[in-house]
Amino acid sequence: MWELLRDLWDFTKTRKKFWLLPLILVMVLLGILLVLGPNSAVAPFVYTLF
Amino acid sequence: MTVVLGVSAFYHDSAAALLHDGEIVAAVQEERFTRRKNDPSFPIHAVRHCLDAAGLHPDQVDHLAFYDKPLLKFERLLETHLACAPRSLSAFVQAMPVWLKEKLFLKHLLRDHWRRLGGERIPLLSFPAHHQSHAASAFYPSPFERAAVLCLDGVGEWATTSAWCGAGRELEPLWQQDFPHSLGLLYSAFTVYCGFRVNSGEYKLMGLAPYGEPRYRDRILEELLDLKDDGSFRLNLRYFDFACGRRMTSERFHHLFGGPPRRPESELETRHMDLAASIQAVTEEIILRLARTLREETGERHLCLAGGVALNCVANGKLRAIGLFDEIWVQPAAGDAGGALGAALAVHHGRLGESRTPRRPDAMTGALLGPAYDEATMETALRRAGAAFERLSDDELDNRVAEALAAGKVVGWFQGRAEFGPRALGDRSILGDPRPAGMQSRINQKIKFRESFRPFAPAVLAKHQGDWFEMTEDSPYMLFVTRLRADRLRPAPEEVQGLERLRHPRSEVPAVTHVDGSARVQTVRPDIHPRFHRLLSAFHARTGCPMVVNTSFNVRGEPIVLTPEDALRCFFKTDMDLLALGPFLLEKTQQPNDVSIPAPPDTTEASHPILKATPKRVRQFAVSTAVVAAILFAFFFPWLAGKGPLWNVAAGCAAWGLWGLVFPRTLTRPYRAWMAFGQRLGRLTTPLLLGFVYFALVTPMGLALRLSGRDPLQRRTDPGAESYRRPSDHHLNTRLEKPF
Repeated sequence: MWELLRDLWDFTKTRKKFWLLPLILVMVLLGILLVLGPNSAVAPFVYTLF
Repeated sequence: MTVVLGVSAFYHDSAAALLHDGEIVAAVQEERFTRRKNDPSFPIHAVRHCLDAAGLHPDQVDHLAFYDKPLLKFERLLETHLACAPRSLSAFVQAMPVWLKEKLFLKHLLRDHWRRLGGERIPLLSFPAHHQSHAASAFYPSPFERAAVLCLDGVGEWATTSAWCGAGRELEPLWQQDFPHSLGLLYSAFTVYCGFRVNSGEYKLMGLAPYGEPRYRDRILEELLDLKDDGSFRLNLRYFDFACGRRMTSERFHHLFGGPPRRPESELETRHMDLAASIQAVTEEIILRLARTLREETGERHLCLAGGVALNCVANGKLRAIGLFDEIWVQPAAGDAGGALGAALAVHHGRLGESRTPRRPDAMTGALLGPAYDEATMETALRRAGAAFERLSDDELDNRVAEALAAGKVVGWFQGRAEFGPRALGDRSILGDPRPAGMQSRINQKIKFRESFRPFAPAVLAKHQGDWFEMTEDSPYMLFVTRLRADRLRPAPEEVQGLERLRHPRSEVPAVTHVDGSARVQTVRPDIHPRFHRLLSAFHARTGCPMVVNTSFNVRGEPIVLTPEDALRCFFKTDMDLLALGPFLLEKTQQPNDVSIPAPPDTTEASHPILKATPKRVRQFAVSTAVVAAILFAFFFPWLAGKGPLWNVAAGCAAWGLWGLVFPRTLTRPYRAWMAFGQRLGRLTTPLLLGFVYFALVTPMGLALRLSGRDPLQRRTDPGAESYRRPSDHHLNTRLEKPF
């Protein structure tokens, strides 16, 4: 997951898209919840969200 | 030893390709294994085949190349929604879940799949850009030391059209045109409007074009786009819905062309034929201008083409005919499947810096890069099915098949390695005699079960090509349309219009002559397709006709057959007369009534993996539901009501959790019921959650973007501008390992 965050930071720096960061972060947080969720104890609740 | 595996996946037509020390060892599309047309899933079967073909274990793969840059694509998606907000809610809610679950975490996903393949050592990951993969697939296997490269498709990350210059192992990006101004999407919009499906109906529209007149050409050029002399253009997005919505065309488009979109399978009207002819004419005009620009600016004498639009063989044929370039080479898997091969080649020559030695005719080995099946496997399949067959020598088989073809029979021809790309080139083909007048409609309607207007391609012996066709250059991959020579053509009756023209043969080989006197030629040479060449030679010796009808071995809507079982299934459910399966020959009339071919293996996941009630998942379910229930019902709600904790409820929840931990199997039913409930609830909560994000964040950001005067979609046209091209990012070659 840290690798994705590092890639996203490099991406915003390289592409100079800092203004997109708020939206990207919200989407990534939702995504992290979905990717980590199924392998964790909260899986039954995450699964009902998406 | 260097092993590079290229993969295209998660959009449409996923595929894998493997390079061993730079040699293309194997390449195949996933759809051939799963039997799902244009299958977008991770190509696990295709990867397994590539590894098997090279005799390698996953741990021996050094580099894994994915065919696009996911973060750049995500950027395009977000900026498109910002530019469209608040009109794109529906498209946003539809597109985002798969991004949030999978595509955003592509590295994680690729490693996960790699472990499923049995790999313990994860290869180094690379992400060439989408058009970089296309360009690499076009240039590196071509026979040219130097060439200009043109990529045309729907959209990659941002680029929809891109130009490159290849020299040796270098592939330099020159310029591009960006989304949503896309020739591929423009063509697809007309495809859908005329009642065909995106990504598979474009060939049909191209085949329909010669029945019509380009009456709408000027209207398209005046209203739908602003086309510059250099071939770059901007679409007028008021006529299209694909950028902001879920449809291809808008109501304004329908009004402009005289009515709503044609419903699939409904009757084709003259208007649809004229529209097909018109968009084909516009496409040719754009490609011609782009190619001319590239020729003038680079000075290169050779041209390579790739991208889905490069499968428009009518445009390719016209481009070749005008002689702008000395030679043109088109990647046979020009669509996204070929991106897998291109990604691997881009890494081999770009990231690893390996040298390149071009060779003739090319490095694609006739596009015969898929699986082959040995005689024992075929015989087992035949015996298991209970089919009646005989085993013949090569000469006997050629003579028997040639004789049957000459007698008007239709033959399934299954030999050697499967083709890579959308065309059957003589290894997974259905063959017929092109001379009888009814052959085209018989194969179309009784064997392929497809529209009667669609033409067939001739596979012709290379040394006789010039006797029949205007084009004399090679066309081994069926990617160029040419006209029959004037002395071979019969005049078309002027009073006959539309599909009625099918009834009037245009030549002595009517099954492969389109109504406008053209043909999509495959030239068959002994050094590229030796087995097929022998058969054609036998047919020629018997009949004096150096060509046969060659169409892909499948029925409408299905992928081309891959295995002997696929071939048998197709043979028995159609009106095909004979099947040559390797050295075995089957005649339909000789078959017993009780032939039984096993159904293809079910490669779909029965249900979402989380629905499988493993003990671990049930324990998680018991504990998490116990904790949540205790928090809500034992503590939170009583606290809201001004009461103390309900310890008996808490104890009940704890008992539930403990029971689940110790006896998970007893809670399998409640687990499944909860998950099934969750699945239904998710259909409601997903749009609600994403809708909230859309209105709380995307819409205000989009409005701010608009107020600042920025438009990521560049919707404004500029009549005074000379060009809409922009220079490509020259860092593409140094950022191959980055997903952006």
